[in-house]
Amino acid sequence: MNRALRFAPLAVLLLIIVALVWRLATPVDTTVHSKLEGKPVPVFALAAALPGKPTVSSADLATGHPRLVNVFASWCVPCISEVKVLQSLKESGVAIDGIDIRDRPVDLANFLGRNGDPYQRIGSDPQSGLQIALGSSGVPESFIVDGKGIIRYQHIGAITQSDVPMILSKLERAR
Amino acid sequence: MIAEAGLAALWLAAGLAAYQFLLMILALRSDLEVARPMRAIAVVQGLLTLISFAMLLLVFARTDMSVALVFENSHSAKPFIYKVAGAWGNHEGSMLMWVTILAVAGAFVALFSRRTSERTLVAGLGSQAVLALGFYAFLLIASNPFARLFPAPPDGQGLNPLLQDPGLAFHPPTLYLGYVGLSVAFSLAVGALLTGEVDSRLARAMRPWVLGAWVLLTLGITAGSYWAYYELGWGGYWFWDPVENASLMPWLAATALLHSINVLAARGALKAWTMMLAVIAFSMSMVGTFLVRSGILTSVHAFAIDPERGTFLLALLAIYVGAAFTLFALRGATLKEGAPFELVSRESGLVINNLILSVILGIVFLGTLYPLFVEAVSGEKLSVGAPYFNEVAGPLALVLAVLVGIGPLLSWRRQRRPVLKQLTVPALLGATALAITIILSPDIAILPRLGFTVAAFLAAAAILPLIGRNPLRTPLATWGMVVAHSGIAVALFGMGANAAFTSERLAVIKPGEQLTVGPWTVELNAVTPTAGKNYTAIEAELRATRGEGVVTLKPQTHYYSDPPTETNESAIQTFWNGQLYTVVGKSDPSGGWQVRLWWKPFVTLIFAGGALIAFGGALALLGRLWRLRRAREASAEWHRRGYA
Repeated sequence: MNRALRFAPLAVLLLIIVALVWRLATPVDTTVHSKLEGKPVPVFALAAALPGKPTVSSADLATGHPRLVNVFASWCVPCISEVKVLQSLKESGVAIDGIDIRDRPVDLANFLGRNGDPYQRIGSDPQSGLQIALGSSGVPESFIVDGKGIIRYQHIGAITQSDVPMILSKLERAR
Repeated sequence: MIAEAGLAALWLAAGLAAYQFLLMILALRSDLEVARPMRAIAVVQGLLTLISFAMLLLVFARTDMSVALVFENSHSAKPFIYKVAGAWGNHEGSMLMWVTILAVAGAFVALFSRRTSERTLVAGLGSQAVLALGFYAFLLIASNPFARLFPAPPDGQGLNPLLQDPGLAFHPPTLYLGYVGLSVAFSLAVGALLTGEVDSRLARAMRPWVLGAWVLLTLGITAGSYWAYYELGWGGYWFWDPVENASLMPWLAATALLHSINVLAARGALKAWTMMLAVIAFSMSMVGTFLVRSGILTSVHAFAIDPERGTFLLALLAIYVGAAFTLFALRGATLKEGAPFELVSRESGLVINNLILSVILGIVFLGTLYPLFVEAVSGEKLSVGAPYFNEVAGPLALVLAVLVGIGPLLSWRRQRRPVLKQLTVPALLGATALAITIILSPDIAILPRLGFTVAAFLAAAAILPLIGRNPLRTPLATWGMVVAHSGIAVALFGMGANAAFTSERLAVIKPGEQLTVGPWTVELNAVTPTAGKNYTAIEAELRATRGEGVVTLKPQTHYYSDPPTETNESAIQTFWNGQLYTVVGKSDPSGGWQVRLWWKPFVTLIFAGGALIAFGGALALLGRLWRLRRAREASAEWHRRGYA
């Protein structure tokens, strides 16, 4: 058998090993970046979630200032602890809008009465239509939308106290 | 004490493996006779690992929380069977199982192998010991299964209900037995390359191991595929996931080896190629283990992400495969090719079989690792999906299936009888199938259409080797081949029907409303809450009919609280001509429910085909072992009568 042919498997193996060593040596970036980052918020207009409370539409999200859009629901357990963090964000000057998923006004009023209301506006999304358009797969999730209505960041899961500096700096950058 | 005994046994086994390796070097450099002690040591080494593994089973059976591995992977409230199965349902335990099978396989070679020369046996046992030694080191240095916790925690953490499934408990050991069975072929090949005795005796010694490993791999892959099909609720049977590919690659290599080894055994030809395949088959098993255990590829199965272990396994892989390939490169030239053969002969048929299988193996290997290489070169992240594999490997597999029908009709060395005449009936059947699919369903895709054609051809061609033979006097190995090749036709038909005629409906319906899927009309009768041992659930009652009779299906969605998980439990009803597959999802505010329905004609044939292929392999194995025994008895008789 040909000499070159006999050494071919060894050469191929070396190549593969080098690639695998490189793979093991470089840390993997496992952060999943939302495909919606950099894209405009889908056009929408929601019904008010509570009588007497203003609702959100896509036009409200392009007013020149970055906003935090929070996807939540009164029946969502992690949302209870998140509302308190949102409250502190509100106190440091962050404008927060809520999108209330598959909810009833009575339950929502109870939820806000018990846990506080950090939202400027709340729109009701009874069939998850907007939630799906936003690419949100559950509650709670949050979006940072810049002054032009472009999504800058999607946060999956509850915003915790330790996320606050990161959220604030992202809001600052979206300015 | 139990855990410490297990650890001690592992250390002793590692020491014996090292000793075996030294003996091998000694024997290869001098004419020292070490076959006897070598056999004994290999047996003791196998026993010691068995003891170690038994100790692990024991600490899991007793739920001894002072052992870290038990604490992490078990719980006092688990059913007993899953407590025991938990022993290998984790990284450390599964590696101990791996090395146990490796060492026990070595012991079996030592006990029963009488076919190769003593020198090759010694070299082979030495190689097997070196393989085991690396994995002992891996266990003892980087993943000790017997590490203690002090103080012992009150209860464990492993109550994940999703992992409590009989399929998950017994699917990994089957695959492992297959993977590690190939290690014997690897070691014997390395041994033979060391001594230069690559001949038909070696092939006959290797053959039962390759056959056995191949049968278990076939079973493991088929069972895994069925598990994914019914459990995941996606309706598919193969997803070309990296971990699935990791089990398919050794199978492809073993299938090629299984055929080339016959050429070596019968004709003494294809020496270098067969040795190469024997090395590659087990290498692919190690690659598979490395891919799964290092978490290097993104996969639904990627559970053990640990760079240290990944590096260790990669080092073992590089050393073993590198050494074997180097040996091949240095000794390959000394292999004299055996008896020559003509262009149309059984040998050349098997060569083509091997080439196609190797190309498919290359395609799967490339597709699995391609994302890695692209990221290394350009930093871009991508994944290779099912379309690539189906479109590239599919046509090749069909060509191979046609040749499967022709190959066994050829005779060794030189074809004398005309083959084409024998193939008239199968060819006519294939053409008929093609015509029927064109007339009845002109719109189906080309691959499934050809799938039906080839399946019809192969179904007839596969049984031709039995024509004109007395069925009782036909060797079991021939029966095995016929059954396995028929299994390919059966599976191919199932895959074609599934690809071409599956109907799918996804809709939101309220109780009392109906949906149609394929020939079925399905009515949602009611949705009721129910509860299991550790979950709550909603259960839909679906009444399905296609003209006469009604069947009731009850798909469920389970909600587990610890950890919070939601699973869809599909309800599947099997009929002679297919399966009705139903899944119930979420509700909407108006009182409707998401219902997902599939009618999958003849889908069961895919799994039945896989089982037939494995059964054929088992028949052939039985035939070979039985012959071996008879030959041994005959020679004992010869000796007893004092002729020799």
